[in-house]
Amino acid sequence: MPLIMLSSPHAHGGDSVRMIMLTVILALLPAAAVSVYLFGWLALLLIMTCMLSALITEAVCLKWMGRPVSTLLDNSAALTGLFLALTLPAATPWWMAVLGSVFAIVLGKQLYGGLGYNIFNPALSARVILLISFPLNMTTWIMPMTAGDPAINLYDFSTCATLFLAGPGALQLGFDAISMASPLGYVKTEATLGVPVSEALKAYDYSYLDAFLGFEAGSIGETSALALLIGGIFLLARHSITWHIPFTYIATVLLLSGLFNTLNPDQFAPPMFHLFAGGLILCAFFMATDPVSSPVTPLGQVVFAVGCGVITWAIRTWGGYPEGAMFAVLLMNCAVPLIDHYFRPRVYGHDHRNES
Amino acid sequence: MPAIVRKLAQRLGMLQHSFVGGVHPNMHKLSADCGIEDCDLSPVHVLPMKQHIGEICSPLVAVGDQVLRGQKIAKSEGYLSVPVHAPTSGRVVKIEEHAIAHPSGMGLPSIFIESDGDDTIDESLSPISDWANSDPTQLRERARMCGLAGLGGAVFPTFIKLVQDKRFPIETVVLNGIECEPFLTNDHRLMLEHAEEILEGMAILMHMVGAASGIIAIENNKQDAAEAMQLALDARSDMDDVAVMVLPTRYPQGSEKQLIYTLTGREVPAGKLPMHIGVLCQNVGTTKALFDAVVHGRALTERIVTVSGDALPNPANLRVRLGTSVRTLFARQGLEDFSGTHIVHGGPMMGERLKHPDFPVVKSSTGLLAMSSQFMGSAHTVEQPCIRCGHCSEACPISLVPNLLADQCRSDQFDKAASYDLFDCIECGACSYVCPSNIPLVHYFRYGKGQLALQRREQAFADASRQRSEARDARIEREKAEKAARRTRVRQTHAPKTDQAKADTDKPAAVDSGAAAVSKESKD
Repeated sequence: MPLIMLSSPHAHGGDSVRMIMLTVILALLPAAAVSVYLFGWLALLLIMTCMLSALITEAVCLKWMGRPVSTLLDNSAALTGLFLALTLPAATPWWMAVLGSVFAIVLGKQLYGGLGYNIFNPALSARVILLISFPLNMTTWIMPMTAGDPAINLYDFSTCATLFLAGPGALQLGFDAISMASPLGYVKTEATLGVPVSEALKAYDYSYLDAFLGFEAGSIGETSALALLIGGIFLLARHSITWHIPFTYIATVLLLSGLFNTLNPDQFAPPMFHLFAGGLILCAFFMATDPVSSPVTPLGQVVFAVGCGVITWAIRTWGGYPEGAMFAVLLMNCAVPLIDHYFRPRVYGHDHRNES
Repeated sequence: MPAIVRKLAQRLGMLQHSFVGGVHPNMHKLSADCGIEDCDLSPVHVLPMKQHIGEICSPLVAVGDQVLRGQKIAKSEGYLSVPVHAPTSGRVVKIEEHAIAHPSGMGLPSIFIESDGDDTIDESLSPISDWANSDPTQLRERARMCGLAGLGGAVFPTFIKLVQDKRFPIETVVLNGIECEPFLTNDHRLMLEHAEEILEGMAILMHMVGAASGIIAIENNKQDAAEAMQLALDARSDMDDVAVMVLPTRYPQGSEKQLIYTLTGREVPAGKLPMHIGVLCQNVGTTKALFDAVVHGRALTERIVTVSGDALPNPANLRVRLGTSVRTLFARQGLEDFSGTHIVHGGPMMGERLKHPDFPVVKSSTGLLAMSSQFMGSAHTVEQPCIRCGHCSEACPISLVPNLLADQCRSDQFDKAASYDLFDCIECGACSYVCPSNIPLVHYFRYGKGQLALQRREQAFADASRQRSEARDARIEREKAEKAARRTRVRQTHAPKTDQAKADTDKPAAVDSGAAAVSKESKD
């Protein structure tokens, strides 16, 4: 080891960026496993493609920028790839997965100066680019293997490979035949038709238990609240994240939806529906807590998370898109430098929070 | 424990106060069971002229002079300073610059004393056995004369803190036996072996500042020391309002501000001293030295040094005369070849890393560590980009945001760093210790503080110059104006009436432009 600095302290706790990233990857494994259970080979192909292309893109960028390619070993690119894959629908074709990974690494991270300098969460920004560029693909939800009578067998490798590489046309299938609406999307569509939330949920055959376990349509990694919570608790236990962001974020959404649901249950979905639907838990435990793009101080993190919660609920309730969690996190990402400045803790021996 | 639970528990009175942040480094207290050994006299002792925070001393002796142990050999040149004494009897052989324990390798003027082996003590300072009936100012002068400075490592002149100020009456004397730095065990052993003397010293402290109560603070990794102090305390009848408090081990508990908050729940206001909230905090080593100074009339000529480190064969706690060569101390403990070994003066968290062992033991030498390359290498790896994980903010015991501060220092935004309270940083190193990217945060803070201090000095110099220059300009202007006025008066009385208008137009020009006035004057 080279001795480059001789200034105290001369002891170190042993924590490293590589370990932090690896911990998050480990924490995402339960969700990844559930995604493979639900979507078979499609999920596995998607995760592999995203991680691999993220790593290759990162390597090319590092080489190009004249930085040591060994930086790849910090695991951050692999994590970005995994993140992105878990936020994509199972029917995402290979080229879109590759494109998304390239967006995430190049536009989301390296253009800002590499690890630690990006304003936005790279995986989420790539997902938003994909959603806006390919709205149809990004809102087509393949029926999971747990949904009663799946049109195709996702556990069959050749079927999945064909679907992944050549699209549904190669299987002589329309997207309609193999897809279904996500709960959030369904409720939103029905709401625009004037159907009350409770009736829409009944018509969808919505079950809280299925939503908790993840046996429903959605992005491959976001469906199972249980798997994500296991990973989240692992992160909390390992002290990779603190409670401030996930708990405040979820509590804000629950509080807002609970309040409005009590006032008008026909128009506003119940809190438990919001909790298990879409990407809230994934975003609260994994995306919003991304250290690089979240505030540093505990108080700042609480403010950040409240903002995420309000925007998530507002977009879900009034916005054009059925899901708002990723937009909420990205929007609050912009506010992080400001939050960091204004919500610093009170310094020892000073009467008030510093204003400057 | 999460901060919120801790705060709640404190509110409910279930838990004592405790400072925020902090870290739990591996303590490596290798020498905890090693009794204090006396170290032999060196053939030559080297006494740097500054062994405290403050102004440098000037020698009182000349080459060839005979000195006695405890004789004052250098006097302080300012208020914030304490004198230096001969550590043993002998002859002054030279006075010249010698390397000191400073990472830059800089030196200081030093007095070299060749030991005569007799170790004859200078008896000129009489013991004050009846200190309880002595004037506190007399005792305070004794502390200054004996060269006492904080032996916990900061070496702040002790007498300055020992003052009775009616505006800030001291209520509590805190005895700091925390010793939260890894490896160091000198305070630990001192409390075990000299509990009575330390308590007597504490009684002197309480008498001097008029404090009614006292707390002896010890971390729970030194239960035996706490028991020894408690035992000694129980044996005394005059210290009923003194309590031994055992605190959970956490770095930097021993930092004065953090310790005071933990014990009293009160913060020392920024830019103020503990005395402003009625607290006096003294290290146990300093307290023992005060006892020696008052009761035995002995100047500060020795201290307990922990010689340790993972690369040292025989760690020990040694009673060492000031000025002893560090190389001989390491040799005594079995280390002679320093290749691949790093020397740290102080503890690993706040100590200075030195390039060679050829410097003398001084008043601030709490520990001398020989560290292996592996140990140092694991602490000083290549800096990676900050991922803003916030672990530094969590670890900071004074609630700074170290990663933002480091960014500001690195990009030379020093004013901004100052507005983020850079100067409140105590350089404890907790932030660097937890940083997963191995960013030497404290190093950036030192750089920032240094640059700011430099800027402020330059600013003050520039301000003074500008004021001088402005005063000069104003004086010249004034003189011009006076001259012009005089001239006008003269012309009005002597010149013909037709020149009146011309003189009027000349007058403002003379006042406005110095150069024009000068040329006109020369024509006149």
